[in-house]
Amino acid sequence: MTQEQIKELQKFALQIRIATVECIKSRGFGHIGGSLSVVDALAVLYKEVMNIDPKNPLKPDRDKLVSSKGHAGPAIYATLALKGYFPYEKLKTLNQPGTDLPSHCDRQKTPGIDMTTGSLGQGTSTACGLALGDRLMGRDCRTFLFVGDGELDEGQVWEAAMFASAKKLTNLVWLIDWNKKQLDGYTKDILDTGDLQKKFEAFGFDACTVKGNDVAQIYEAVTKKPVDKPIAIILDTVKGAGVKEIEETMSNHSMNVKPEVFDRWLDGLNAEMAAFNA
Amino acid sequence: MNIVYTGENDSRAFKNVIGETVEALMKEDDKVVWLDADLMSCSGTNKGTGDRYINCGIAEANMIGVAAGLSASGFKPYAHSFGCFASRRVFDQAFLAGGYAGNSITVVGTDPGITAAFNGGTHMPFEDMALYRAIPGSYVFDITDVPMLVDVLRKCKDIQGIKYIRVPRKTSYQIYADGSSFEIGKGQVVRDGKDGVIVACGIMVHEALQAAKALEAEGMDIAVIDPITVKPLDAELIRSYAEKTGLVIVAENHNRVGGLTSAVEDVIIGLPLKFGAVAVEETFGEVGPQDYLRTRFDLTSDHIVRLIHGLK
Repeated sequence: MTQEQIKELQKFALQIRIATVECIKSRGFGHIGGSLSVVDALAVLYKEVMNIDPKNPLKPDRDKLVSSKGHAGPAIYATLALKGYFPYEKLKTLNQPGTDLPSHCDRQKTPGIDMTTGSLGQGTSTACGLALGDRLMGRDCRTFLFVGDGELDEGQVWEAAMFASAKKLTNLVWLIDWNKKQLDGYTKDILDTGDLQKKFEAFGFDACTVKGNDVAQIYEAVTKKPVDKPIAIILDTVKGAGVKEIEETMSNHSMNVKPEVFDRWLDGLNAEMAAFNA
Repeated sequence: MNIVYTGENDSRAFKNVIGETVEALMKEDDKVVWLDADLMSCSGTNKGTGDRYINCGIAEANMIGVAAGLSASGFKPYAHSFGCFASRRVFDQAFLAGGYAGNSITVVGTDPGITAAFNGGTHMPFEDMALYRAIPGSYVFDITDVPMLVDVLRKCKDIQGIKYIRVPRKTSYQIYADGSSFEIGKGQVVRDGKDGVIVACGIMVHEALQAAKALEAEGMDIAVIDPITVKPLDAELIRSYAEKTGLVIVAENHNRVGGLTSAVEDVIIGLPLKFGAVAVEETFGEVGPQDYLRTRFDLTSDHIVRLIHGLK
């Protein structure tokens, strides 16, 4: 990956961050921490990796994304809007009455959302189903799956992990958002998940750990050719990544702040963007 | 509809019929997939070959999620486990990854209610229909005999949404002629009558017919209706017999909360009539031979007769 490509990806990630904050600002509150942590992975997947067509969101042989952490909705909507799935202005309808952009991803409402999620753990199984379906249909495409590190508490995740490796779903890539925190605090204090890479290796995955807010490292990991195992990438991320004030807020799963605070965050991000464009 | 009921046991086991019907559906439609949770030997699908038979292991929640993903991918999934696990163990998955997400899955739950017999109370779902009835847009079937099973399995393939089929693994009493075709939402008058109506589903249709026969000897003319679909319920048919006869009895191998009794009560509310239910009352299941359990939970023709005597 050239320096130029890296810079382009970083710029796209910054655009997604701005759009995510604007999206959540429109409602005044939302799941900002876990949205921002996956932005860099979204930038890599949607700009450089996934075979998709925003004009034909249901193209059968598209690559698919399932965010089992359904509350990352705002970051995904931001990405989809920037990719042209729907107008940018729509981001300001987040969680408004009758919206197509609910807190948690809904495949029946939002163009580009491949699976409905929100009950944690369930997206791991539906992603397995999508990957298996593509294989049975003979389609040459992949399914990317975001799983939260807090979400790993759910037993269903490990049922799905066993299934993915037992059925050799090599067209499935798990991205674990290891941002170290869940709603009530640090994951190590609530239900310590231990060594994630070893766990996924033991479950039959080809597992690695990368800096999860570093686009070059993410790119290298997601473009690795699978051999005979599904891939698990532990994204070592920061909850709220990209906005220092959010990163430093302990309870940042869902935040409710005044418009001027959102504006302060946006000013910072826009200043970064101006520096990029200078 | 041709009724062929004789009161004699049909030698065909439901389990084998499931296996044969699924095999035929697989041949007819390359989008059919069968998922099972380490119970293929119990659903009669263990002889099936090919990659569209998917054994998910003892992981029912994951199985329903995988089925939902396969539906989104363009397949027509069937997923089987024992009724207890196929309902309460996977309710959130069937509700959300299934119904809410707009995916279509046919869930087959074997050994409903007392037909779980020697697996006992832990495996005895008296609440499965209540759970599945509560999913918006769902379909609920309590299988009465082999022809109904064959037709319902076949029809569910192309129905959108969540479909729940509860069916014993063992044999039944044949009611309908082989090759019968059933309409979703249309009940069957299995036996006509003017003095009262028993609305019965699943294994209780046979009990209802035995009760009607016994009452006939006493000069009472009792109708028996099989709703075929517990949901959607044929409200028009049931209301018309309720109005005509003034006496409604419901008979189900299920808790009276949330199943056929509740469904029938919903459609006859406000009508001037006498009402009773032969259903499992506020209690859990227990282990034993099915004949013992019939008596233990009062799911017998004798109990239906006693109830009608009491109301008349």
